Amino acid sequence: MQAKWTIAPAPHVRDNVTSRRIMIDVCLALAPAGIMSIVYFGAAAAGLIAISVLTCVLTEYLYQRLTGAKVTVGDWSAVVTGLLLAYNIPASAPWWIPVVGGVFAILIVKQLFGGIGSNFMNPALTARAVLFISWGSIMGAYPATQLMADTVSGATPLALLAEDASQVNLVDLLIGNCGGVLGETCKIALILGGVYLIVRGIIDWRVPACFIGMVFVCYLFMGGFDLALKEILAGGLMLGAFFMATDYATTPTSVLGRCIMGAGCGLLCFVIRAFANYPEGCSFAILFMNVATPLIDRFTMTKHFGEVKKHG
Amino acid sequence: MAEARRNPGFGGVFMNGLITENPTFTLMLGMCPTLGVTTAAMNGVSMGLATTFVLVFSNLFISLLRNIIPDKVRIPAYIVIIASFVTMIDLIMQAFLPDLRAVLGTYIQLIVVNCIIFARAESFAAKNPPLLSLADGLGMGLGFTVSITLLSCIRELFGSGSIFGFSVMPEAYQPMAIMNMVPGGFITLGLMMVLVNFIKKALSARKEARA
Repeated sequence: MQAKWTIAPAPHVRDNVTSRRIMIDVCLALAPAGIMSIVYFGAAAAGLIAISVLTCVLTEYLYQRLTGAKVTVGDWSAVVTGLLLAYNIPASAPWWIPVVGGVFAILIVKQLFGGIGSNFMNPALTARAVLFISWGSIMGAYPATQLMADTVSGATPLALLAEDASQVNLVDLLIGNCGGVLGETCKIALILGGVYLIVRGIIDWRVPACFIGMVFVCYLFMGGFDLALKEILAGGLMLGAFFMATDYATTPTSVLGRCIMGAGCGLLCFVIRAFANYPEGCSFAILFMNVATPLIDRFTMTKHFGEVKKHG
Repeated sequence: MAEARRNPGFGGVFMNGLITENPTFTLMLGMCPTLGVTTAAMNGVSMGLATTFVLVFSNLFISLLRNIIPDKVRIPAYIVIIASFVTMIDLIMQAFLPDLRAVLGTYIQLIVVNCIIFARAESFAAKNPPLLSLADGLGMGLGFTVSITLLSCIRELFGSGSIFGFSVMPEAYQPMAIMNMVPGGFITLGLMMVLVNFIKKALSARKEARA
């Protein structure tokens, strides 16, 4: 797929940052959350993560071999998709859940639309949505962590928050000692990874900041500071805001566009969480805004130097 | 397509509707029933056949009356003809196949506004003799039937683990519920179109290589 010319918007600065380097950094940033999930959920978590990553990489490799395209497995992007997908699966899921999800993410969402950089929605998140809609009882079963001695199956903090905010312990939320899918429980690990990516200049801080900020402000008006703080630390918000809403191909290119994208994600996430039937709206919110990205790009296009606004 | 135009025999027109200009995969018409009722193979077949019935007779009658219908009121006239046959098939199904009619529901009545039928009336039956219009209706109708039956077989296989109601998947198979919903229809249709375009491209490449 390597074209003779590189077509990119200005400024045309070249350095040695490659997508491979970026993807390896994302993997590094995702590592703490992965380690914590293995600590909390044991071997099952390790198995699911391994299956998911293997499926994604293998699907990409086989598709590119079969269609005679250049094999780009070495850019690590399939590994990132695999990790993100696995982090969205509960520890009790059977082995075929990441397999179906991985094939769907890579084959249908990524490769059929043109491979890396051409997908119009986040592959891992789309796969999660398909899995969640198809096998709701499997994907919606949140097993308790190994440290939660007193509960058999953990209701997610989100479900508890919907009833009464005081049931949820802030420290448990932060260290991740609560029910949820593999990668979303330990907020400290996720924030650590997110900050690493921001410091390395890989993701734009505006997207997660606007996203989380919007959810926080909405809940502040709805139920006060305590609820707002716990809501932003519950569910998949941190995972989504730092690692999924910031996917290059599905995020607007301009600064204003990214702020709109983040705020839109936050607003939709709040609306779904607070008023809809689904307990967690983070993934659907991001998918919605992924689809709206070309539209946002259109309206926030940078003006050419010297361009005069046309009337009519 | 060009060959069919030059030599518009009964068979040529029929094959044109069935394959070359397949209403679902080439013309992309009639998407409403294509996505709405194709959750089970039986629904696909019966919806397709009901549409074929209407299409054949509306094409035939519109073609017979093509020189009588004034140009200005042709659309209302077509609607009257099409609606008559839709009402017939609707009443026939209510009388003899009430269960199936209940499943397909309002989609049967919606055949009136099915764009395949309108498109064929406007672009074919209004300009061609009755026998050819009949062939066109038959070809287009069966092309539609075959496409949506295939689509519904795939959706039923993954969504319910069966084909035509017979269980074919192993006992442990857990149905993929999204296939029974509209997104599943869109995704399956998209993938089938990928496949059809791929085959077409491969065939034309082979033809070029031979020439």
